[in-house]
Amino acid sequence: MSLAKHWRLQQQRYRLIGVQCEDCGAKLLPRRLVCPQCKSHNLQPYSFKGQGMVYSHTVVYDAPSGYDGYVPYPAALVRLDEGPLVATQLTDVDIDEPYIGMPVEMVTRRLREHGESGMIVYGYKFRPKLKD
Amino acid sequence: MMKPLRDVGLVGYGAYVPRYRISAEEISRVWKMGEDNLHLEEKAVPGLDEDTTTIAIEAARNALRKAALDPSKLSAVWLGSESKPYSVKPTATIVAEAVGATPHTMAADWEFACKAGTEAMQAAIGFVGSGMADYAMAIGADTAQGKPGDQLEYTAGAGGAAFVVGPKGESMAYLEGSHSYVTDTPDFFRRPNQHYPTHGNRFTGEPSYFTHTIMAARALMDELGYGPEDYDRVVFHQPNSKFPVRVAKRLGFVEEQYRDGLLVPYVGNTYAASSGIGLAAVLDKAEPGERILLASYGSGAGSDAFSFVTTECIARGRNPIPQISDYVGRRREIDYAQYARHRGKLMMY
Repeated sequence: MSLAKHWRLQQQRYRLIGVQCEDCGAKLLPRRLVCPQCKSHNLQPYSFKGQGMVYSHTVVYDAPSGYDGYVPYPAALVRLDEGPLVATQLTDVDIDEPYIGMPVEMVTRRLREHGESGMIVYGYKFRPKLKD
Repeated sequence: MMKPLRDVGLVGYGAYVPRYRISAEEISRVWKMGEDNLHLEEKAVPGLDEDTTTIAIEAARNALRKAALDPSKLSAVWLGSESKPYSVKPTATIVAEAVGATPHTMAADWEFACKAGTEAMQAAIGFVGSGMADYAMAIGADTAQGKPGDQLEYTAGAGGAAFVVGPKGESMAYLEGSHSYVTDTPDFFRRPNQHYPTHGNRFTGEPSYFTHTIMAARALMDELGYGPEDYDRVVFHQPNSKFPVRVAKRLGFVEEQYRDGLLVPYVGNTYAASSGIGLAAVLDKAEPGERILLASYGSGAGSDAFSFVTTECIARGRNPIPQISDYVGRRREIDYAQYARHRGKLMMY
């Protein structure tokens, strides 16, 4: 269990905080030190709105260690309204419900726990948009 | 009566109920408990990836959106619950971080069975009312458990409600006054390391729920010079569908006053969130100038009563911020086997 790794990722996982390039305007998640579009180092924190659409999806039956309590669960690439593509789990949805183009929104959920006595890791997942 | 020197009110509110439902009929199918326990239709069950923290986060986000408030202005994030994911490590720090209130803020978990959320609200009122803070958030959230086959299993639900307390001038509903009533009554308790609670059967009902709720509500109304006819709406703690109706009638209220806040038949007893979710449902429908009585109840035992009056801001953010009806209407029914999995009653490894 890497407490430090989870702690470092909190801002990204809890609030979808990435960066915005002050020179070309690109919005990036995860956070980068150099803008991949214009090579600028002038990047400032940006809080993504958490709205997007399913770009592609699948169902995980054989999960990595720590996630096996949730199988089978839908996983997806979500295209955020601001542009980036995010690899994520879908939640509050049956495994046969997701479709390409499904409007989704970010929620904060349990990602995993490190055993009965270890840390509980929270982070973003996406669910079908509750309300237009 | 308690009333701070500086006038305060609810600047924002938000609630959350999980998607999954199990019907009383399905629980009865397994335990053959008979018709007496079917007075609830169904109860809300948290998803596999939900707990008190995640429920509180969504309720808190809805409350902040209603308040249209920069979360860094919150001077406290206080969370009342009896189902904290950690015994040692505040749930409220995770919620405060997730909503963006950190780091210049207070955060703590409150404990008082089902009235832990309103206990936090009383404290937030005092905190803002004293001038120490401009805004404080009080949350009640729970994923309560009932022992399999126990009567509690029919009612123990999950949900959360969050309130931003702030200056009266920005409020959707301002506070007229509050009153708390507490005694040492052993009606219901859970010892450390015990998964399920114990009833003090002799003390359930009359000496606990009814006495404390009635004493708090009546004292507040007496001190304000109001009677039941002065209130447009009233909300009580909802451990089942009988108690809140009975206590409302004993205090002289009629169905039109308590109907909109009575959610227990559809979501179950959401413990520290129960009266708060009821208040959120009432605020969702209220017009400006309505007087609302809220009286919580927590085993152990005590009741907090509050008198609020809605303002011209009451409809702020009704769309597109989810209302309680959006969450109650979003439902996926599960059977007892799925419920057992969701509630950690299956040992997988």
